[in-house]
Amino acid sequence: MARTTKALTTTRTAPERLGVRKTYKLYVGGKFPRSESGRTYEVTDAKGRFLANVAQGSRKDAREAVVAARAAQATWAGATAYNRGQVLYRVAEMLEGRREQFVAEVAAGEGLPVRQAELAVSEAIDRWVWYAGWTDKVAQVAGSANPVAGPYFNLSSPEPTGVVVVLAPQRSSLLGLVSTIVPPLVTGNSVIVVASERRPIPAVTLSEVLATSDVPGGVVNVLTGFTKELAPPLASHLDVNAIDLAGAVGAEGVTWGEVEAAAADSVKRVLRPAPGRRGEDAEPDWTEAPRPQRILAFTETKTVWHPKGV
Amino acid sequence: MTTTASTAGSPFEYAPAPESRSVVDIASSYGLFVDGEFTPASDSGSFKTVNPATEEVLAEVAEATEEDVDRAVRAARRAQEKVWGPMPGRERAKYLFRIARLLAERSREFAVLETLDNGKPIRESRDVDVPTAAAHFFYYAGWADKLEHAGYGPDPRPHGVAAQVIPWNFPLLMLAWKIAPALATGNTVVLKPAETTPLTALLFADLLRQAELPPGVVNIVTGARATGSALVNHPDVDKIAFTGSTAVGKRIAKEIAGTRKHATLELGGKAANIVFDDAPVDQAIEGIVNGIFFNQGQVCCAGSRLLVQETIAEELVERLKARLGTLRVGDPMDKNTDVGAINSPQQLARITELADAGTAEGATRWSPDCELPSSGYWFAPTLFTGVSAAHRIAREEIFGPVLSVLTFRTPAEAVAKANNIPYGLSAGIWTEKGSRILWMADQLRAGVVWSNTFNRFDPTSPFGGYKESGYGREGGRHGLAPYLIEGSTY
Amino acid sequence: MSTTTPTSVAETGRAGTGTAPATPGAADRSASEIADLARSVTGSASLDDTAWRRYLHGLPGVDKVGADGRAAALSTRSIKTTSKAWALDTIIRMVDLTTLEGADTPGKVRALAAKAVRPEPADPTCPSAAAVCVYNDLVPVAVEALAGTGVKVAAVSTAFPSGRASRAVRLADTRDAVEAGADEIDMVIDRGAFLSGRYSQVYEDIVAVREECRANGRHAHLKVILETGELATYDNVRRASWLAMLAGADFIKTSTGKISPAATLPVTIVMLEAVRDFRALTGVPIGVKPAGGIRTSKDAIKYLVAVNETAGADWLDPDWFRFGASSLLNDVLMQRNKLATGTYWGPDYVTVD
Repeated sequence: MARTTKALTTTRTAPERLGVRKTYKLYVGGKFPRSESGRTYEVTDAKGRFLANVAQGSRKDAREAVVAARAAQATWAGATAYNRGQVLYRVAEMLEGRREQFVAEVAAGEGLPVRQAELAVSEAIDRWVWYAGWTDKVAQVAGSANPVAGPYFNLSSPEPTGVVVVLAPQRSSLLGLVSTIVPPLVTGNSVIVVASERRPIPAVTLSEVLATSDVPGGVVNVLTGFTKELAPPLASHLDVNAIDLAGAVGAEGVTWGEVEAAAADSVKRVLRPAPGRRGEDAEPDWTEAPRPQRILAFTETKTVWHPKGV
Repeated sequence: MTTTASTAGSPFEYAPAPESRSVVDIASSYGLFVDGEFTPASDSGSFKTVNPATEEVLAEVAEATEEDVDRAVRAARRAQEKVWGPMPGRERAKYLFRIARLLAERSREFAVLETLDNGKPIRESRDVDVPTAAAHFFYYAGWADKLEHAGYGPDPRPHGVAAQVIPWNFPLLMLAWKIAPALATGNTVVLKPAETTPLTALLFADLLRQAELPPGVVNIVTGARATGSALVNHPDVDKIAFTGSTAVGKRIAKEIAGTRKHATLELGGKAANIVFDDAPVDQAIEGIVNGIFFNQGQVCCAGSRLLVQETIAEELVERLKARLGTLRVGDPMDKNTDVGAINSPQQLARITELADAGTAEGATRWSPDCELPSSGYWFAPTLFTGVSAAHRIAREEIFGPVLSVLTFRTPAEAVAKANNIPYGLSAGIWTEKGSRILWMADQLRAGVVWSNTFNRFDPTSPFGGYKESGYGREGGRHGLAPYLIEGSTY
Repeated sequence: MSTTTPTSVAETGRAGTGTAPATPGAADRSASEIADLARSVTGSASLDDTAWRRYLHGLPGVDKVGADGRAAALSTRSIKTTSKAWALDTIIRMVDLTTLEGADTPGKVRALAAKAVRPEPADPTCPSAAAVCVYNDLVPVAVEALAGTGVKVAAVSTAFPSGRASRAVRLADTRDAVEAGADEIDMVIDRGAFLSGRYSQVYEDIVAVREECRANGRHAHLKVILETGELATYDNVRRASWLAMLAGADFIKTSTGKISPAATLPVTIVMLEAVRDFRALTGVPIGVKPAGGIRTSKDAIKYLVAVNETAGADWLDPDWFRFGASSLLNDVLMQRNKLATGTYWGPDYVTVD
């Protein structure tokens, strides 16, 4: 499957030690399968140099991911908010441990100087920490005790919407990724993320972090491949509750409007890409301070009534 | 005209107690309310609205064309930019308070008109629809000058022009649910009432003139599906709020895909009303009855699937039957009527078709003896036992006075059955065990969970669905969010 | 709920509309029959506190808000014209015209008796009240005044209203009234015993008073006052109702009238549900008497509506439903005359007792 690359063929002499290369696979249900289609595609760095062959996820892989995400969701949502916070914080600790790897991958994939890549990775880790702290606060901020005009206890609180598909941003391969996948995890959703088409490597590395973390298998599922191929079947899938369209901006051969239309038949919650300053479609500046609205987009408000009487 | 089964032959048969119709003047024809004026449709088109209890034509109502809708949207845009948007919140608040007070003052008029146009019992329009509508305006009035404290940032902004399409089951109440938060947040409105129940919206337009609301802030365009579609698809609409069927909701979601229009969708339901063997049984019976026969069951959150623990199923059904025997079905204008008319022949046909499907699929059908009036659209309260989860009457929204009874053995089974439906609007739990209520409430995938009660509504209490029952919330602080840019996610 | 069989519930909904309950009244049951029924219903041979507790606490709970809501909904019934006329006459026939003052005199009781027999002297179509209800010592006066009229004499016994006397004294009190000719005995239960879980004591009290009611060949009906205002919860009202019915009460009555709150519509509905379910289970109909605080026709009509739609039309009869009241009768008479003449009456046009 490995293709011959320029870098290899130009090496005339054997190195002191041949490096062990990684096979980039999908992450579904806590396991690392190849795409059932057997396909891979070549990912290069910002200058076009070969980085890796990455699994090209198929519709069937997407379907498997939904099954895995659905199976894992209730347990994740059923954990206490405190526990989810600890588990998510632990991921940040592990990200910190892989800092150098992420910096290298972000620098290569996004074509950033190391200093800027370091900033992006720092911001991504700090953002993970920020969201991890939200798990046991969202309900207090977004919930309410409602003073109804009668002898009833009446409480509204946010709950996870269920299975959320995240089309990860195309350009910001780690910070954008973190900024979109953690918010739905905070409240107990499970996530299927379609990684950036051309910059998927930090997402694959993240899946390796998650696999060794305390996040249960299936809670985050990472699909690499092409958004135009993966987004429509996920958007129309009846067992998906919501979709974040961030990565539909800048993806090849697909618009966010098409994906949104595909989501309409199951009344999915759709988080549209925010318009640019002039209303245009553009990837936002992910370094801007996050707001809890991204968490709330993947919640349902449940209101419970009960009489008050002796 | 009003009859019941078990009290027939009682020495205490209640004499007719009709509400007087004279409190309301119904004009022979009504125009569109655009920019503060009543005007005919651009092509002079109109349709008739009838009293579903008698089939009497009540009035001829203008049918808005695309051109009329455009005129209304333009009026709303002008009013938003020039008057309503710039107006300080505390001034907007006073208009809304004024509307709330006027609704209360004219409550009898609205109640009678609602009952005539809709067919619902006067007891309900008088005690529920109209007072709750007034309360809704009163509640949101107070928000208009406090939005910066609502949790949507220091300076939350309105979308602009809100297009609102409402159903026929609670014509005035749904109008209030739509208009009150929209105006409180600084949006202006173009509202389309349902074609079978336009009259209270038009009377409300008259009330707005009494309130001296600036022209164009609220515009009411009457019409049917084409009018609604023209409104939703108008390019200068920023926000859509729709209450109605899931099929139409999906269509709207598709139509606005790829645009910057935001939507709130309040769609269908098939709520489970779950009764455990330790339930407060007499109140549970009342809750079941209120859950499915309130407004003839034409309620999106109706408790149309009764899930009863097997240990008490037979006994509960017998008690329920005895209770249904005391329901008074008939003249909606009679103050003692419990179950009124079905809103339209189309709806009656739909209920009839699904109920017949229930019989055909092998469920056992039962109704109390009650003589239905010879004219108008009527459907007797109906109970199906022996219903299995696969039956159409257990899965499809009937939107009528038809209850399907299913059973369960364990709490987990009750949850599984309750959630096993594409809808998720509401659910009911009946048990005296507190910890079980809270556990069940956590498990149920529904936007509103009524425990040891059912079909309660309050302006402060958010209402809205999970899954295919729609998205967005109406009521409470949460109800502001969809009308504010900073609060909108969908 | 677990005590009720489905088939008998079905009968409740349909059987015997418009006629008196077909089954023999509680009054005809022998002491041993009552004890047998209690043992069979509770499933316990011993009828001790534990058995009672297990049984009474196994009855379905009553959700207060829901019960209040049901009462409020029934209160919106609009009773007009012919049904109102029927209701007003029925209320008169159901009234236990009551005077329970320390200042009561034979003269007061005679006046009340005359009023009970002919509430509207000018109108021969106006029915008599059901009974005159007095303290024990005035029973002879009432018996004499009402002899041959069909209007019953009811006596409040058992150290009414508190009941805080030894059982011997309470039984002697009852015996006194029965021997003086009282047709009906309104006893109070020991609320202290009930609230502290000494159910068997309450049961035995009722059984013993009932025995006094039928000593020496007499046959006084027994109304058991639960004093619901002191029982505090609807759950307790339901439990006390079942305890009293199983102990052989002919009627269950809400209140003494000396404690606030006295009768309320939701409490009465809870008791109507109890008698409905008791008949469905055992075939024995029991009467219900709300007492205290019902002063207007409008209120009383709400109770009739509640009877009609909760227990059923069978209970719309003075044998099965009574009002314990003093000022209610005058308001009903004024309303009755208003209905007949179209003119609103004032208090000066009816007799003040």
